[in-house]
Amino acid sequence: MIVTKQLRKSFGKHEVLKGIDQHIRQGEKVVVIGPSGSGKSTFLRCLNLLEEPTGGEIWFEGVNITDRRNDINQMRRKMGMVFQQFNLFPHLSVRENITLAPVKLKKLSKEAADERAMQLLKRIGLSEKADAFPGQLSGGQKQRIAIARALAMDPDVMLFDEPTSALDPEMVGEVLSLMRELAKDGMTMVVVTHEMGFAREVANRVLFMDDGVVREENEPEAFFSDPKDPRLQEFLSKVL
Amino acid sequence: MNIISEKLLGIYEAFYNAIVPERRYMAYVNGLKVTLIISLFAVLLGVVIGVVVAVIKVCAAHSKSPAIRIPGKLCDLYITVIRGTPLMVQLLIIYNLIFTSRNTNPILVGTVCFGINSGAYVAEIVRAGINAVDSGQMEAGRSLGFNWLKTMWYIVLPQAIKNILPALGNEFIVLVKETSVASVIAVNDLTKNAQYIGSRTWDLIPPLLIAAAIYLVIVVALSRLLRFFERRLAKGDRH
Repeated sequence: MIVTKQLRKSFGKHEVLKGIDQHIRQGEKVVVIGPSGSGKSTFLRCLNLLEEPTGGEIWFEGVNITDRRNDINQMRRKMGMVFQQFNLFPHLSVRENITLAPVKLKKLSKEAADERAMQLLKRIGLSEKADAFPGQLSGGQKQRIAIARALAMDPDVMLFDEPTSALDPEMVGEVLSLMRELAKDGMTMVVVTHEMGFAREVANRVLFMDDGVVREENEPEAFFSDPKDPRLQEFLSKVL
Repeated sequence: MNIISEKLLGIYEAFYNAIVPERRYMAYVNGLKVTLIISLFAVLLGVVIGVVVAVIKVCAAHSKSPAIRIPGKLCDLYITVIRGTPLMVQLLIIYNLIFTSRNTNPILVGTVCFGINSGAYVAEIVRAGINAVDSGQMEAGRSLGFNWLKTMWYIVLPQAIKNILPALGNEFIVLVKETSVASVIAVNDLTKNAQYIGSRTWDLIPPLLIAAAIYLVIVVALSRLLRFFERRLAKGDRH
């Protein structure tokens, strides 16, 4: 579904991604871990071109999205993204946050989008917040609504950029359990996170990134119990 | 005692002469109308120009493509020239050079000139307001599939307005006062009409004081109105 070929990204002279070859398949849940500065967020943000790669290719559903002739705005509609800082639109109500993109991008009528928003809110257990504004919500509620906002476009893949890192500890659980449900429903997911428990439980495949390369990848059981790479061993010994 | 009452009577007569005979009060009313018309339309024109220029500049700052960098440079030039030359000179140049036909409407010239002038200042205000919106908002909009311009329109600009409003209000107030310069191109605005009355009564001070008082009332009213809008906008903000 997503294929990266020798993906590279530099900020000035500093090379953050040093050639990444990955293939993310339909329905797969890939969790990316690694120390800060390893390039894992940059990798994720390259997947929908929020960061423009300086080298290599990214193919999404058979289309080379790094080719400028292809309309990235069309492709992004099928790639939901959830941010560390939520990035809800503070000037819009919760309902409008969810319906803005489907309505303005002519995917759904106003009525259909409202109905869809209420379905999504019900699913995440926040129906009563439809007319609230983001400033009135807790961090966990904001992040669940950010997930609903991305889902409203019916994406084929969801990209999560450290979705729980900005949350108070007691709110991490509600967001992770929503992500677990999404995974169970078969959503293709790429998740950058520090939540090792989530990685172990939900992932089909875990990637360890360090210094701009994927140093190790494996299915979670072997990844955590039998790490080969010395840097990964050191990393796991610190975080587990 | 007598001297004081004589003085007061003199002042009363001077103001009476500046207002009542020959229905002179109508001159203030008509002048005020012209001032308000020029101000209102110049503000609207200035905001339109300002927003467009600011959006082009912000876009140019984030892009390497020459298709947008060249308009960005032109916008820089526009702002530099307008802010670097006196308003009165701009007004005279536009009046004498661009609108040369006989039946030029000086009110229209004034409106266009003040609008173009104000646009340069508004552009910088709007640009600062846009830059103050968290960059995550642009990213969130783009990640949903909005193009840059739509994200700007639906997501960033509505939030920028709140940052912009106080400075923009200040610009409106400056503009209302600056329209008094329009009298140099034969626009019969409030200032010009006050001068005219002064030339009829051989006493310039009373009509000018009256004009000053009218400007003051407009400006105070505008400030109140803007404070009201700021409070309204702040209501939606519960961070």
